[in-house]
Amino acid sequence: MNIVVLVKQVPDTWSERKLTDADHTLDREAADAVLDEINERAVEEALRIKEAQGGEVTVVSMGPDRATDAIRKALSMGADKAVHVSDEALHGSDAVQTARVLAKAIGTVEGYDLILAGNEATDGRAGAVPAMIAELLGLPQLTQARKVSFDGSTVTVERETEEGLTTVQASLPAVVSVTEKINEPRYPSFKGIMAAKKKPVNTVTVADLGIDAGEVGLAGALTTVLEAAPKPPRTAGERVEDDGTGGTKIAEYLVGQKLI
Amino acid sequence: MTPRFDPHDPLDLDSQLSAEEIAIRDTVRAFCADRITPHIGEWFERGELPTARELAKEMGRLGLLGMHLEGYGCAGASAVHYGLACLELEACDSGIRSLVSVQGSLAMFAIWRFGSEEQKRRWLPGMAAGDTIGCFGLTEPDHGSDPGSMRTSARRDGDDWVLNGRKMWITNGSIADVAVVWARTDDGIRGFLVPAGTPGFAAPLMHRKLSLRASVTSELVLDDVRLPADAMLPEATGLGAPLRCLNEARYGIVWGSVGAGRTALETALEYAGSRRQFDRPLAAFQLTQAKLADMTLRVHNASLLALHLGRLKDAGRLRPEQVSYGKLNNVREALDVCRTARTILGANGISLEYPVIRHMTNLESVLTYEGTVEMHTLVLGQALTGIPAFRG
Repeated sequence: MNIVVLVKQVPDTWSERKLTDADHTLDREAADAVLDEINERAVEEALRIKEAQGGEVTVVSMGPDRATDAIRKALSMGADKAVHVSDEALHGSDAVQTARVLAKAIGTVEGYDLILAGNEATDGRAGAVPAMIAELLGLPQLTQARKVSFDGSTVTVERETEEGLTTVQASLPAVVSVTEKINEPRYPSFKGIMAAKKKPVNTVTVADLGIDAGEVGLAGALTTVLEAAPKPPRTAGERVEDDGTGGTKIAEYLVGQKLI
Repeated sequence: MTPRFDPHDPLDLDSQLSAEEIAIRDTVRAFCADRITPHIGEWFERGELPTARELAKEMGRLGLLGMHLEGYGCAGASAVHYGLACLELEACDSGIRSLVSVQGSLAMFAIWRFGSEEQKRRWLPGMAAGDTIGCFGLTEPDHGSDPGSMRTSARRDGDDWVLNGRKMWITNGSIADVAVVWARTDDGIRGFLVPAGTPGFAAPLMHRKLSLRASVTSELVLDDVRLPADAMLPEATGLGAPLRCLNEARYGIVWGSVGAGRTALETALEYAGSRRQFDRPLAAFQLTQAKLADMTLRVHNASLLALHLGRLKDAGRLRPEQVSYGKLNNVREALDVCRTARTILGANGISLEYPVIRHMTNLESVLTYEGTVEMHTLVLGQALTGIPAFRG
């Protein structure tokens, strides 16, 4: 089975994440950049499917030049090749524009059976791109998967949302987005890390994908950030000395806050 | 644009590393943070490494074991890759780095460098995968710095060899599937591969250590251990062979000790920023800042030295005297940093709730194993003057 995995480089959730003052887009200099953890799980799932059924795993990513680090990590985990859409014109693109670009980039991968993605990125958290891509490509979408299985050309997914668990099925090719319950991603092995630099990465611009640069980027985005303020600093909190009544005091506090 | 100053990398040494080197470093760091750091304090307190075998298999999957060796399932990484891995492992615990050092640089290296093709094929793939654990028996109860005077002997009996003697302070001994044992023969010192379970061979655990407590340390007992002719490492003739192995392991210590110092420094830096006395953080006191600045110099100078020696090793230019230089300096500095960090943490500096005292007592072992401070000083003394001060 040939699988496309969408990956995204995001600011490390452990570092301070900021928007720039100039245009309220992500300040990429402010934070360490990593392969989004949910994408590691999507890559892991793709590798497990490949290990069971054979085929090829292609990583597709949209992002600035340094997103190559995230792509390289996916390759060092075991993916076979990558398509990297990198173009200054993409700066500030919204979810719809991103989905359009990614759909075109996926189109450059020959003979895919499955598109895997994380259900949402840890930075924007829109959670809409996989569904949009499915719409654009005219493919079935199976989102929020915590388990994926195959029977011939049918994919079955356990879909978990706040409402509960549903089982959904579709015929391939299809788009599947996974939640963090899907698996535990492997560490890249040293052999994998050393092999990654020899794997092909096709870097393309929006023009290469047949998209007009005016259709993407901040100016044409359907959503706009008007204002951004940092989260207020955490207050010191209340300290309760436990003289044997600690539990009661905590319960009283929670009742006072109408939390229980 | 000049990059911002990073307190964790004040010399911007990351700029001297390739993307691949950083990837390997980050992988080991993540592995330690997930799999070892949450448990290491408890293992140390209990004085055991309960999941050593499982850990070895996980390390094998990463490619950590014998990573700088080529072929036979080994990762074929560079000396700098190996050094960076040692640094991250020892930033976690010296005992964990010891497990990897002994497996890769002593046991596997001995077989890889001095073994027959058949011995390599039999042992190395399993050892690289972490399914098979090795140990290295050179030191004896009465012969440490002067291994040439060892008493363990191997005598011919027909085609067989019969080994007798005692080895001491052997890392991984009790969990090892194969021991590389050095013994005196009529033909000088030779190395032998002793599978666990060979009649007459035992590897009882050593107790009462107050250092490297999360590491298996054992005695090796050899009472008329009969081995076939092909148990001998054919290419190892004389004391130079085990010393060559030790030189490999010492190279890992040059890097590893930087990790121990780094953890102590980072713990102290964080503690000094959050702990308040006299209405201000400890970090606001000039005495504390002097300590932090001094520790930073020691840790990162040591790191710079390790990287330099690593580049020399990858270029095939590294001399044993330079490894002595590195081990002598870096372990001494790391120990000093731990002791200073311990003063910044006050009473918490002696608690296992923090990593500092654990690293400090671990480094007391690292200071003397694989060559004492005195021996490395005299190696340098001999290199400088041409006069060996420790041989009659």
